[in-house]
Amino acid sequence: MSKLVAAVAALVAVLAVALPGAFASQEATPGVTRGTVKIGATFPLSGSGAVYAPIAAGMQAYFAYINASPRRRPFGRRIQFIVYDDQYPNNLPLSLQLTRRLVEQDRVFATVGSLGTEPQQLVRPYMNQRRVPQLYVSTGATMWGAQHRRFPWTIGWQPDYQSEGRAYGDEIRRRQPNARIAVLYSNDDYGRDYLRGFERGIANANPRIVAREAFEPGSSVTGNVVRLRQSGANTFLILAIPTPTITAIVTAYRIGWRPQLYVNSVSATDTFFSIAASNAGSPDAVRGAISTSYLKDPASPAYARDRTVRLYRSILRNHGPQGANPNNGLYFYGMAKAHTFVQTLRRAGRNPTRGSVMRAARTIRLNSPWLLPRTRIHSRPRNPFPISTVRLIRWNGQHFEEFGPLIRTR
Amino acid sequence: MSVGFAVRAGAFVLAVGAIALLPRFISDFRALQLGTVAIFFIALLGLNILTGHAGQISLGHGAFMGIGGYTTAVLTSDFGGLSWEMNDLATVPIAGLVAGVVGFLFGFPALRLAGVYLALATFALAVALPSLARSQKLAGITGGSEGIILPRLPPTGDWLYYVCWSFALPMFVLAWLIVRGRLGRAFRAVRESEIAAVSSGISLPLYKTVAFGISAFYAGVAGALLAIPTTAIFPDTYPVALSIILLTGVVVGGLGSLAGMAIGALFIQFIQTDGPQWLQAVLDRVGVDINETAPGVPSVLYGLLLLAVLLTARSGVAGLLARGVSVLTNRIYHRPIKRQATPSRREA
Amino acid sequence: MDGQLFAQQVVSGLANGAVYASLALALVLIYRTTHVVNFAQGEMAMFTTFVAWSLNNRMSYWPAFVLTLAFAFVFGAAIERVVIRPVEQASHLTVIMVTIALFVTVNGFVLWVWTPDLRDFPTPFTGEPVVVAGVFFARHEIGIIALTVATVVVLWAFFRFTKLGLAMRAAAIRPEAARLLGVRVGWMLALGWGFAAVLGAIAGMMTAPLRLLDPNMMQPVLIYAFAAAVLGGIASPAGAVIGGFTIGVGINLLATYVDFVTPELELPVAFAVLIGILLFRPAGIFGRVAARRV
Repeated sequence: MSKLVAAVAALVAVLAVALPGAFASQEATPGVTRGTVKIGATFPLSGSGAVYAPIAAGMQAYFAYINASPRRRPFGRRIQFIVYDDQYPNNLPLSLQLTRRLVEQDRVFATVGSLGTEPQQLVRPYMNQRRVPQLYVSTGATMWGAQHRRFPWTIGWQPDYQSEGRAYGDEIRRRQPNARIAVLYSNDDYGRDYLRGFERGIANANPRIVAREAFEPGSSVTGNVVRLRQSGANTFLILAIPTPTITAIVTAYRIGWRPQLYVNSVSATDTFFSIAASNAGSPDAVRGAISTSYLKDPASPAYARDRTVRLYRSILRNHGPQGANPNNGLYFYGMAKAHTFVQTLRRAGRNPTRGSVMRAARTIRLNSPWLLPRTRIHSRPRNPFPISTVRLIRWNGQHFEEFGPLIRTR
Repeated sequence: MSVGFAVRAGAFVLAVGAIALLPRFISDFRALQLGTVAIFFIALLGLNILTGHAGQISLGHGAFMGIGGYTTAVLTSDFGGLSWEMNDLATVPIAGLVAGVVGFLFGFPALRLAGVYLALATFALAVALPSLARSQKLAGITGGSEGIILPRLPPTGDWLYYVCWSFALPMFVLAWLIVRGRLGRAFRAVRESEIAAVSSGISLPLYKTVAFGISAFYAGVAGALLAIPTTAIFPDTYPVALSIILLTGVVVGGLGSLAGMAIGALFIQFIQTDGPQWLQAVLDRVGVDINETAPGVPSVLYGLLLLAVLLTARSGVAGLLARGVSVLTNRIYHRPIKRQATPSRREA
Repeated sequence: MDGQLFAQQVVSGLANGAVYASLALALVLIYRTTHVVNFAQGEMAMFTTFVAWSLNNRMSYWPAFVLTLAFAFVFGAAIERVVIRPVEQASHLTVIMVTIALFVTVNGFVLWVWTPDLRDFPTPFTGEPVVVAGVFFARHEIGIIALTVATVVVLWAFFRFTKLGLAMRAAAIRPEAARLLGVRVGWMLALGWGFAAVLGAIAGMMTAPLRLLDPNMMQPVLIYAFAAAVLGGIASPAGAVIGGFTIGVGINLLATYVDFVTPELELPVAFAVLIGILLFRPAGIFGRVAARRV
């Protein structure tokens, strides 16, 4: 009996905490006041997804930089950015709950940069039903742009995985017409999206896939690499997140396999490649590996004197987390995205509404100094892929070098 | 009718009234959260019958929820060759039955295992299920890694709240009847001493498998209800972490106590969505300054809180929860202990 | 059957298995001393490996290695005294929950202190691959196997031939009798945790060069270590070692030669086999079912 009473008491206690939310005032556009714009996002801050937490930190730092001077603020408004830990990929229902919390409880204007294909796919019907902008999600799944008719309140940001996969196919067709290719891909949406694009890139051409191995996220890939080597392939394409990618490269080197490497852009950063080289005990393990890029590389000497990269370093030093490593490209990615959002907000007018910011995002043309030179953010209403220009890059033993022409993916 | 029964019934009616009226006073989002509390409540009731009463540890109850969730997803969607396209609420009992049958069958291998071995076997179930769901061989049913999108976006507002509590309250009464009745007595006999239970004519295979079946039925219903507001099912919708979270709820709510499961459910819901902010507020007041959004900090706070509950609740002074909660959790510590842990002691 | 592929898969399986065996042995040690199934074993190993990483920045590999083992020992013993001792008499479930809470706390703590950046961790076994009959074997893999075997032998000798080892065994098997003979049982249990943490630290430092140093690197390893410990019988050290190697090699061979076993099925198939074995040997291959006292 006392237990039942205790249970009721606990319910009442929660009610008392929950009550104030019921009397939140109704403003014209949720999240926008004279002095502030409130936005939010869900990111993994704990668990295995926490490697991506620097994206959120990069965004936070950039907004802090914007808020620090009245001149930088879009129409004088400070940007308040709420980040919740959704433990991705370990707790998918939580992502939706926390997004609903952002929309209904915190009454944010929009979500910006929320991370993960599955969670954002879960959230998408809700955001579109509520007509809340789901801006610049941090995933390159092709669906964000491809399904914009059904989900007009959702938009991606980076080049989509299928296009990137196709770019590798094109490159191999052009330069290695006789390639025998071994593919290692992660057994999820992400790996398959890339693979689909790649297969389209080499379709009806001479280079062929002689072996393919999927691996389960989280499991060891050494066995897969040993089997791939056995296929006699001379080209090795890895479509995975950073940790298994590096492990695969190192394993290949350790068992004496020296194929031409292709690595998807998510894993091709200065930090990860330096780790792979040092882990394998030789820079030869990664030398000559090819990938694509669309942002300036803060670790590359080519951009050491670049104004934006220098600004990036000073923002990270002054507003970023203590001890943040500026060569970690994820901070740069976060800041570049935050910059795009601020510019979008400027284009949404003095009194932005959810509709006007969405229109701005879907029609934005922006010469973003964070992107590679001579490229720009360009979203068209019928084809809303904001970034669709990439370049091939090659690891020269120290850092990445761009080569070849700009590639338009869309 | 005894006085005790009248008081209990009165408290229950009061609780039902409070639950029925609550959404008038709270925001839609809080109603959503409390609806999810009902879902956890259902799952915890089932887990508690198995663990608290029949004495069988399950580290894999998230898997049974997953089976329920996938059943609902398959039955409601026009996915693959099978297009039943049923109403989502109509599938909930079916999901419970499917999970219940699987749980009942799982009870057979579990018969041969005890204590730690059973815990690890159920843990294996939780670990293996997401991988199985992702398998290309089963993609025709589960959608593989791309999952299944449910066709209906459920109404917002307090819809989910009322739906979930309309399932939870009858299932609470059912659990209460089970626990009070012959079945419950047999379960407890099995828990206290298998040998004594057998010698008084209780069939171990029957009651252990039935306990697994009942608790998996509850988990299946909860999993199906969780699928509906989540609007899509992926292999990682029911991860290993979910099984662990459920166990946390049982331990916090108090092993063996059914009403305590409401507290357990409130705990596991709010620790996830509001815990970091609340703890931050507390820490700010005491003058400890940490950034609660720094990577890792939510885990540290959650882990320490759980440790504190586990270590202090023992002495009856649960400093972090209401005093009433500790009364419930005391149960855990007065049970005879480590009966099944002895094999190794006999080895050199 | 292609001999080269087979040999390579066996060696890489043995290397994986060596790590599973170390961690499984740690689990067994803890289970034998305190009857706890330690879900935090992998995270403790991961934490000590991060400590090793920080030490490596200040000194060369082997001194850092030894210091880390010393740290792990103290850390393991401290965990036993501070966190496990208070729940000594509690139910299985409570103790399991305590180790899970420890798991969450340690994982979060490492993320917080070391930040989530990926890190590379050195291996002492470097150099060109060893070539035997045209088959390449990575030096690190051979090194792990050798180190694990050496550790197991040292540990066995310790428990078999030293007085302290004898006292620890006594404390685990007959605590009351041991206490009467003047063995400080409480400390013996803490020592057991200390040794387990040392084994974990070795497993962690051997895993990090294979999987990179990352707060979640030990979670898949822990799952296979559980499987290894259960397979061998959770109270049998020899069983844990054999179980670890069996699982490492078995999974590689299954994935290579059985078409049905696609990557996502490795875990489910491994567990199905495991549960199948348990049905016939409910206390593992090397375990003995205790007679029930009526």
